Amino acid sequence: MQNAPTTPSAPRRSLLESLGVDLQLLTMLLALVIVWIGFQIWSEGTFLSPRNLWFLAVQTAVVGIMVGGMVLVIVARQIDLSVGSVLGFTAMIMAVLQSHALSGKGWPWELALLVGLGVGVLIGAFNGYLTAYWGVPAFVVTLAGLLIFRNATFSVSNITISPLDPTFQILGGGNNGSIGGFWTWVFGGIAALLIIWQTLLGRARRQRNGFAVRPVWAEVLVTGITLLIVFGFVKVMNDYPIPGTNPPVPAGISVPVLIAVVVLGFLHWMSRSTRFGRYIYAIGGNPEAALLAGINVKRMLVYIFMLMGFLTALAAAVQAARLNAATPGLGMNLELTVIAGAVIGGTVLSGGSGTILGAALGSLLISSLVNGLGLVGVPTEQQNIYVGIVLLVAVLWNTITNRRKGSR
Amino acid sequence: MTPLIEMKHISLRFGGNQALKDVSVNLYPGEVLGLLGHNGAGKSTLIKVLSGAYQADSGQIFVEGQEVQVKTPQDSQRYGIETIYQNLALADNLDAVANVFLGREKVRGVALDEDTMELEARNVLDRLRIRIPSLRVPVQNMSGGQRQSVAIGRAIYFKAKCLIMDEPTAALGPEETRKVGELIKALKSEGVGIFLISHDLHDVFDLSDRLTVMKNGAVVGTVNTKDVTHDDVLGMIIGGVMPKGVPSADDQAPTA
Repeated sequence: MQNAPTTPSAPRRSLLESLGVDLQLLTMLLALVIVWIGFQIWSEGTFLSPRNLWFLAVQTAVVGIMVGGMVLVIVARQIDLSVGSVLGFTAMIMAVLQSHALSGKGWPWELALLVGLGVGVLIGAFNGYLTAYWGVPAFVVTLAGLLIFRNATFSVSNITISPLDPTFQILGGGNNGSIGGFWTWVFGGIAALLIIWQTLLGRARRQRNGFAVRPVWAEVLVTGITLLIVFGFVKVMNDYPIPGTNPPVPAGISVPVLIAVVVLGFLHWMSRSTRFGRYIYAIGGNPEAALLAGINVKRMLVYIFMLMGFLTALAAAVQAARLNAATPGLGMNLELTVIAGAVIGGTVLSGGSGTILGAALGSLLISSLVNGLGLVGVPTEQQNIYVGIVLLVAVLWNTITNRRKGSR
Repeated sequence: MTPLIEMKHISLRFGGNQALKDVSVNLYPGEVLGLLGHNGAGKSTLIKVLSGAYQADSGQIFVEGQEVQVKTPQDSQRYGIETIYQNLALADNLDAVANVFLGREKVRGVALDEDTMELEARNVLDRLRIRIPSLRVPVQNMSGGQRQSVAIGRAIYFKAKCLIMDEPTAALGPEETRKVGELIKALKSEGVGIFLISHDLHDVFDLSDRLTVMKNGAVVGTVNTKDVTHDDVLGMIIGGVMPKGVPSADDQAPTA
């Protein structure tokens, strides 16, 4: 029988088991809450102001767009060190093409964006091809990419390219770069309805099949907290007014944040509910088993790196649009922030384990630290000390909890 | 009677090492053929040729009298051949349901149909009578017997005509070994042909109808299990010669 609690031999379910929530995700949320409250006190009430949270969201967006791809790369036992340089390279290409370009006349921004995304995908395909079909370790392939594409960026242009097309700039969330109060509520409403619908539908189907379901109180609690987070997000985004408006007009979700949320939502669904996602985890868990099960492991690896390349180029567009410029140094060291976000979020570097949601929270934790430390006046050159410490603590915690779970 | 599987004159070389030398074996429906030999004798290589993990340099494979090309694991599965590997070939980080259906997931549109897969995995695993309280925990947290039944469940769910079992009881306790033995007998009575590879002579003598012994990549001989003693078989494994006075059972349908 599936109905474990009614059999006398079954152990009593712990609180966590009843809630059916990932322990790792819960600790991430808890750590985030603690850090936020700490900074709120330390900054004397500035940190949790709508204005600061709105900017925190925007600051997290670029890493947020990339981190989901990095999780999948690492889950498949690979790594991509080239993303920072590729971001700089593709941003420069998009900027040069849409401003003066080679002919002295700029291309439409849509075309520049498409070319940039295409270059990102091609670089990813190349990384994946060398790794999968020639057996060169991804560490080496992408380390070479880190070196090559940084200097290639300088070769395309060793000066800052600015300004960019005003419509393209919307991608970065500047002027007119937010969706406004109404559409933010629409977005929140759709998200809430999706969550409720999925919960009810899934529950009904599991009950019909005679599977165990969460107790009603646990279901209500978990769904309630999720909805609270959604509406908290919507409210904060709308409480920040567009600067210079009187009476204040709510800014709403800025476009880069919207892109990041949609990308992360899609990757979360894909990683859990599609064959493609399932195969990534299978490859990470046991590449030989994946191969024997008929999964085309090599082709999968190429696809995973292509996805990473696409997301990097998308992040490049957002970053350049936000700065209204592409600089030759754009994205330098960013690969480390992305990897750190994934790892703090519970992704295990040896592969097979890691979640999109965890990595999203991990990235939010890092940008919260950087934002908060800046707010209370810790100089930039000291901020990474704290980020490093958090990284170590997070990995130690993950190691301890994994050991307790009995994983090998 | 047409053999279920015939492998004829299979040879395979890895660099300078002749892993298989002109190997021929056959398997009839409802028969258990024990494959014996030292480590490196070529047993695992031979079954990997049949399961599509390796490709032979030369030789032919017939399924129910038809010659087939087995180039990938999917080819092999398409001909109704399922393999349970020695290392179980499970993705340890995935749960039992995901492992049973790995590579052949049920989908609705593009999304995985988790509920149907869980129901059917539960049905097939219940047949094996090894208790698995939750199919939704990673298989790395399961006992050897539970993991074994996931691997077997994977094979029998897809209605194998031929089952290849590489060391199916190596990781199991006595009780679980007995259950796997019962399962093999049950499958056999349903007409499934089984290649059984094992180090444990007792297991093989208990369960197999015929025995094929390999040494250094070649077949020493095939005998009816009831015609030989443990010592005869040890002689074949170690000495590489057929025991005196025992008839060869190279190509002989089971008489039982």
